Amino acid sequence: MDTEEIQRVGEVIRSATSGFTAQCYELDRFPHLGGLVKTKNIGAQIYGIVFNATTGGIDPGRKPLARGKDEVSEEALYKSSPQISKLLKSEFEALVVGYKEDNKVFQYLPPQPAPIHSFVYLCPTQEVIEFSRSFEFLYTLLNSAVTLPHEELIAAVLRNMSLVQEDKHAFLVSAGKHLATILSGDFNRLRTILERIRQ
Amino acid sequence: MTAENKRMGIVVSGSSNKGVEVRLDADTSVEDMVVGRYVTIEGQKRRFFGMITEVLLGVTDLNLTQTPPDTNDPFIAEVLAGTGTFGTLQVMPYLTIGGDIDSAVEGPQPVKTVPSHYSAVKLADDRDIELVFGKEDKERFWIGNPLDMETKLCLNLPELVKRSNGIFGKSGTGKTFLTRMLLIGMLQKSACVNLVFDMHSEYGWAGTSEKGRSVKALKQLFPSKVAVFTLDEENSRNRGVSTDFVVKIGYNEIEPEDMSLLRQTLNLTDAAVEAIYQMRRKFGNEWFIRTSELDDSEETKKLLNRLNIHESTFQNLQRGLNTIKRLPFIQQKTEQNAVHRVIEYLNRGMNVVLEFGRYTDITAYILVANLLTRRIYSQYRDKTEKAMSGAGESPVPLVITIEEAHKFLNHDIAEKTIFGTIAREMRKYNVTLLVIDQRPSGIDEEIMSQMGTKISCLLDNERDMDSVLSGVSGKSELKSVLAKLSAKQQALIFGHAVPMPVAFQPREYGSAESYKSFSDTVNDSEQAKKDIEDLW
Repeated sequence: MDTEEIQRVGEVIRSATSGFTAQCYELDRFPHLGGLVKTKNIGAQIYGIVFNATTGGIDPGRKPLARGKDEVSEEALYKSSPQISKLLKSEFEALVVGYKEDNKVFQYLPPQPAPIHSFVYLCPTQEVIEFSRSFEFLYTLLNSAVTLPHEELIAAVLRNMSLVQEDKHAFLVSAGKHLATILSGDFNRLRTILERIRQ
Repeated sequence: MTAENKRMGIVVSGSSNKGVEVRLDADTSVEDMVVGRYVTIEGQKRRFFGMITEVLLGVTDLNLTQTPPDTNDPFIAEVLAGTGTFGTLQVMPYLTIGGDIDSAVEGPQPVKTVPSHYSAVKLADDRDIELVFGKEDKERFWIGNPLDMETKLCLNLPELVKRSNGIFGKSGTGKTFLTRMLLIGMLQKSACVNLVFDMHSEYGWAGTSEKGRSVKALKQLFPSKVAVFTLDEENSRNRGVSTDFVVKIGYNEIEPEDMSLLRQTLNLTDAAVEAIYQMRRKFGNEWFIRTSELDDSEETKKLLNRLNIHESTFQNLQRGLNTIKRLPFIQQKTEQNAVHRVIEYLNRGMNVVLEFGRYTDITAYILVANLLTRRIYSQYRDKTEKAMSGAGESPVPLVITIEEAHKFLNHDIAEKTIFGTIAREMRKYNVTLLVIDQRPSGIDEEIMSQMGTKISCLLDNERDMDSVLSGVSGKSELKSVLAKLSAKQQALIFGHAVPMPVAFQPREYGSAESYKSFSDTVNDSEQAKKDIEDLW
């Protein structure tokens, strides 16, 4: 929706054709698991699905230590050690599932990866609806090399997308049917997903 | 788009021999699919007409059957319907019509190929049925509706009566109603005459429905076209039937050939049958009465010795003759020859129903039916042969209806009886049979295979089904249709007179409207009007 404020959630710090890693501007301010985010390269808008969010030290050699033993709350801990937020960073990974060029959405990999330092935005409702008209991206998700179970990720994506649909139930059923076709030989995986998206 | 012509699935595999497999779309409920229903398949170049022969459930993953999902969850069930779990149909294509103009003029042709992959399958609509079976007209008679359809299914009757036909089905499945309706059709549209050997007196004047209601039969509906003959005058009178002729048979009319057919029912030995011929040679036309009256004297012994007939054989024969003598319609002398009267009526274009009244005994039925038919057939043969040589007109085609056909046409005697000959030689002499039977497996195989069109109500005996379907292509598919017909008022018709097999529900018979609808189809002649006036 045009009136909706487009929310910037981070900046690309590692880029590849099949996915990118973005750093959040604020510690622990991640987009949701399975959320649809977008970034840009020349002429195209690249869509990614958020799948792995992490927070760790800036310096890989220095591990965070527990500091709150004598503090009454987490806020108090940050107040007494203000350097923490500067020494830590939050990142999330996104899996590239498609792109938009000349106002057309394609649910396959873009010819060029996202440039480094390009900004990452959360997709607004209208764009989610537009993207979720086709379920071809589910195949990309199923065959991706992500570090968490595919079933979890797909279920999260569909739950997220269903929130903005006019007819949530019909959306989930047709997504389910698409999955049932892709997973026709593997009912157990299909069942795992279906059980995670039913209302 | 109406619900009728909506796509319901696609062809996924097939063979010209066994038919095609159709996978149902997710929104088509497998429970709406009925074996015996008629479908069309839109191929790339041509359209196919076929019949559903089997309905199956399929799964893409065996796990779905081994560990079924939570069936209380409508969501999972909805997702799986048509994807992981789906319905499939076996469809047997029978006819095809090409897309070009020439093919459209030519009409549907027998199928020699299969539709290509993913051709759309629809339920046939009224127009499809009309295209295949034609509209009700001068020759086509409305016999009922295809299963679950409102369309009129029409049968080309002149084509039907060109061959011998059979109506089969377990007892109580509606054979008699079907036959009565078909007889009415023939009466109206086929330019043939009928001779009905009416064992249970159901076709001539009135019959009863399963519920005990009385229904009108031929003579009440078409008094000017039907004559009722009876063997049992008293019984007919008691039932209030106006009969046209009382059939009596004289001893001298019985010939050895009539007896040999009764071998089984009278329990005659082969030697006894042989003895009949000897007696005929000895006594001529009087053989029947003289043989049965031979007493236990020395003279008889001498005679038997001379003819080389054993005494026990003779006793066996006499017992048989006495059984026949006890039949009240067999008399010493008859005033009028029944055969001549029957032929006279038939020649006038009248249909003759011969009621047996109380003599429902199979001996009487076989004797009379065979005796009359043999004489009628030989007259027809003479006439036809004369007509062939240009010396006369060929006789009006005759259809002889017999019940309990397996008694006449069983393997042992089919060779000998006139009915066997008629069934085999078919229409050469303008005589064909309409055979009604509940035990088709008892009928000789060769005769079954010669029958043009067969109409079968429900049969559940394996052998009966096999014998009805003998010589039909796609036999096993039709068998599954046949076995699933409901016990009442459903039948499967296949063979010569129909372009493809079709399961149907016979048209209603027995209500005032139904009588009117039958009468309405009569040509608009004065006579027809008179008939209707008489009726109402």
